Amino acid sequence: MAKIVGIMTTSHVPALGRAIHLNLQQDPYWKPFFDGFPPIHEWLERVKPDIVVSCYNDHGLNFFLDKQPTFAIGTAPELISTDEGWGIPSMPSFPGAEDLAWHIRDSLIRDDFDMLTCQEMLVDHAFTLPMALMWPDQKWPVKSVPVCVNTVLFPLPSARRCFKMGEAIGRAIASFPEDAKVLVVGSGGLSHQLEGERAGFINKEFDLKFMDSMVNDPQWATQFSDLDLVEKTGNEGVELLNWLVARGTVPGPVKVVHSSFHIPISNTAAATMLLEPV
Amino acid sequence: MNRPQKRTIPGAPIFDSDAARRGYALNKMCYSFNSKANRDEFVSDEVAYCKKFGLDEAQIKAITTRDVLGLIRVGGGVYFLGKLAGGVLGLDMQDIGALQTGMTKDEFKAKLVAAGH
Repeated sequence: MAKIVGIMTTSHVPALGRAIHLNLQQDPYWKPFFDGFPPIHEWLERVKPDIVVSCYNDHGLNFFLDKQPTFAIGTAPELISTDEGWGIPSMPSFPGAEDLAWHIRDSLIRDDFDMLTCQEMLVDHAFTLPMALMWPDQKWPVKSVPVCVNTVLFPLPSARRCFKMGEAIGRAIASFPEDAKVLVVGSGGLSHQLEGERAGFINKEFDLKFMDSMVNDPQWATQFSDLDLVEKTGNEGVELLNWLVARGTVPGPVKVVHSSFHIPISNTAAATMLLEPV
Repeated sequence: MNRPQKRTIPGAPIFDSDAARRGYALNKMCYSFNSKANRDEFVSDEVAYCKKFGLDEAQIKAITTRDVLGLIRVGGGVYFLGKLAGGVLGLDMQDIGALQTGMTKDEFKAKLVAAGH
């Protein structure tokens, strides 16, 4: 049977792509963020997950506003990293975990989540950077299932709905008949805002409360509307929705393997957590 | 049509249905910058490239004057404008932040650092 072995959540600041490309991990500006990852590398080496289910938001690579899904899932055999216009070097493509992806897709739709299904899929920095942070040699030892949440066009799916979709993904994984160790990734956040007169907005107090809730009160943030989240975490801080999907897959208690938080990386309060089901 | 009043958050423009309708041509142009050939074509003649995508005068003016807040007012979505700013113009997010807040880049970066204290 498939089993969730962990939840890894991390910021996905585009500038990290350049920093990785230029090997700036030990540079004083970047070091506080990259230092979060050796404990995660040790855990990955020990636990050896087979499949990553990655909850993230596309920024105009696989989807444009001509067709903007609220939730999408990639069932493609190959997930392709390519030019996304932000000047981030592309990475080797990622093998898709097709059997599990189709199983989750079927299960979610039967569970009232109307997924858009992608049999071809391009993946942008929100998917690729967490992978490169976990496996810096970019030789992917896992297959992947991308789950995409709209954070581009408001209204966004509510935090409550995102958490419930995570729960449904968790049920789908638990009912997958093949043996597989699944790592769930939540990509994005925490507080940041790129646009408007309030650009540069960061809310450390909210972020720390949110990180605590990821461990101790996972549905805490589901009380907030999309605009509440903009007010509290900045326009792009809403990416914490991906963390809520990921946390929803293990609705019960978790223990913290690793947690780190640093302000700023680019315009962002950068955070990383690795949680294990208890 | 009478429409319910929208909730606004000072200094935080929301990319909603109205913005998506207003900005479609602009965002579609920015989406084209996922290709280097298109970025190069834009650089060789910005106004001609804007017209090819059907941008209106206000949108073209916001492009040529590098008016970031103006680009948002005419419907630009930040993830699409990011392709213009980063991939085409070579600006980073602190440049963009400074342009929108009236700070120098160093002042903007200092504000980010201060948020961590």
